[in-house]
Amino acid sequence: MKKNLENDQKTIQERSKSAVDRRKFLKIGGLAVAGTSLMLYSCESEALTETDLSDSDEMFRKENKGRQVYNLGKGDLGILRYAYVLEQLEAAFYQNVVDGGYWMNSANAEEKLVFEDIYQHEKIHRDWFEKVLMPFENGKSERVLPKLEFDFSSINFNDRDSVMRNSILLEDTGVSAYNGAGPLLMNTDYLLLAGKIVSVEARHASTLRSLYGNTKYFAGDDVVNEQGLDLFSTPQEVLAAASGFIVTKINAQQLPTY
Amino acid sequence: MNIIKFLDQFSNIDLKNASASRREMFSQLGSYGKKAAFAAIPFGLGVTKSNAATMAFFGHVGPLNLALTLEYLESDFYNRALLSNVVPSGRPLDVYEQIAKHENAHVALLESVLGSDAVDKPIFDFTLGGAFDPFNATNPQAYAQLLTLAQAFEDTGVRAYKGQAGNLAGTPYLAPALRIHSVEARHAAEVRRLRSAYYNMELNDNGLGWITLNKQLNVRPMVPAAVYAGEELTVQAGVNLTSLGNGYSAESASQSFDEPITGEEAVAIATPFFA
Repeated sequence: MKKNLENDQKTIQERSKSAVDRRKFLKIGGLAVAGTSLMLYSCESEALTETDLSDSDEMFRKENKGRQVYNLGKGDLGILRYAYVLEQLEAAFYQNVVDGGYWMNSANAEEKLVFEDIYQHEKIHRDWFEKVLMPFENGKSERVLPKLEFDFSSINFNDRDSVMRNSILLEDTGVSAYNGAGPLLMNTDYLLLAGKIVSVEARHASTLRSLYGNTKYFAGDDVVNEQGLDLFSTPQEVLAAASGFIVTKINAQQLPTY
Repeated sequence: MNIIKFLDQFSNIDLKNASASRREMFSQLGSYGKKAAFAAIPFGLGVTKSNAATMAFFGHVGPLNLALTLEYLESDFYNRALLSNVVPSGRPLDVYEQIAKHENAHVALLESVLGSDAVDKPIFDFTLGGAFDPFNATNPQAYAQLLTLAQAFEDTGVRAYKGQAGNLAGTPYLAPALRIHSVEARHAAEVRRLRSAYYNMELNDNGLGWITLNKQLNVRPMVPAAVYAGEELTVQAGVNLTSLGNGYSAESASQSFDEPITGEEAVAIATPFFA
């Protein structure tokens, strides 16, 4: 990172514009040379602009039949907010794990250490997103700190099996989500930052799987396909899958799509 | 001619003339174009729009050939390890089998994507000039050496793919590269844990699935320090992670984010293993 994310809005627009130019350029070049299906990846994501920000401001947290709605907005900012939601979910989940009966009473030393570390990592991810998103939210704390409501009532935090299965599910979902979000980002600085996080999520998933499952479960055939490729999901797929845990309604309609 | 000799050949190219040189290589693609494309990796992609075709060509071929070279290294390593009778049966053998399956699949996928642009498979030498003898079942240190090499290759692979993501942005190759990247991270965590289990050091901060600062277990043989150089960062996007919230340790902060390496750094780590 040459500059941090706390740049002024003008710089963001300039960067995004150059990312658009670059993508168009690559499309043309790629098609000319290889005739590949680059168009499949044509971007519906758009540059961040003042207009986009005020759009999402207006739509933020509208009441919908008594449920709060968190509108992610569009473009790269929408993807970052989406990642922030997932990190908040993970941090809240592990808070419950380390407060729960399994971790406190029956986890062995290695499991206690692993969960404590992962909890720290997810809190750091969450707090980091909060900090880097702050400048984009025009100082409106309710947008930086949306009070997302989670529901973990389906999980028995006194039970190793329940904690392990759900931890693995969350980490695999995180890997899948970042893998699916990366190509939707226009700004390669954000892409690199997402890459720095996703491999840590994959290390978590592998470690938890190794502690819980058989000797090949760390990168099991249920998550790595015959081509040697890991999970990959769109934001819409991830949010639908996580909806059992997230009470707050998340509006992802404006996010970039494939 | 092998890859390293090619790299050496191009190491004296004047950077100002690099784009012209790449154009020349591009026009000569065929007999040695694919090797030239790989050799061009260390020189970046600073070409102008007038080179649109060249840019697009090198845009994905360079990064993917770097990836293929590292996958060749890994697959050759694991396949030979599985044939060596050095890897103990049970968890170690199962882990090596599963990783070998993935690395072989990555090779097949990248070869298929690159087609005639794919770099030739190099000949590898894992003895490091005679210091190692990892595939010799009569060498009492063989398994310890395999564990060290596996950890070095996996943690390097994660960093190398991460470093190429930006170069693949806007191409259809970014998604599969990201999906390989996270598989390498799964592997890395497991081979790190397998190694710490071998030394009964599962509770050591430096023996976990994630990387603490730029540290590693203090057991011999050690992973080359270059594999972890730069992993100790605690500032991301200008934000000091240790001062977030109620404060976090530098160890936790560094574990939370993995760092990339450049193509040059990846090649430098891999170079001792080219025959």
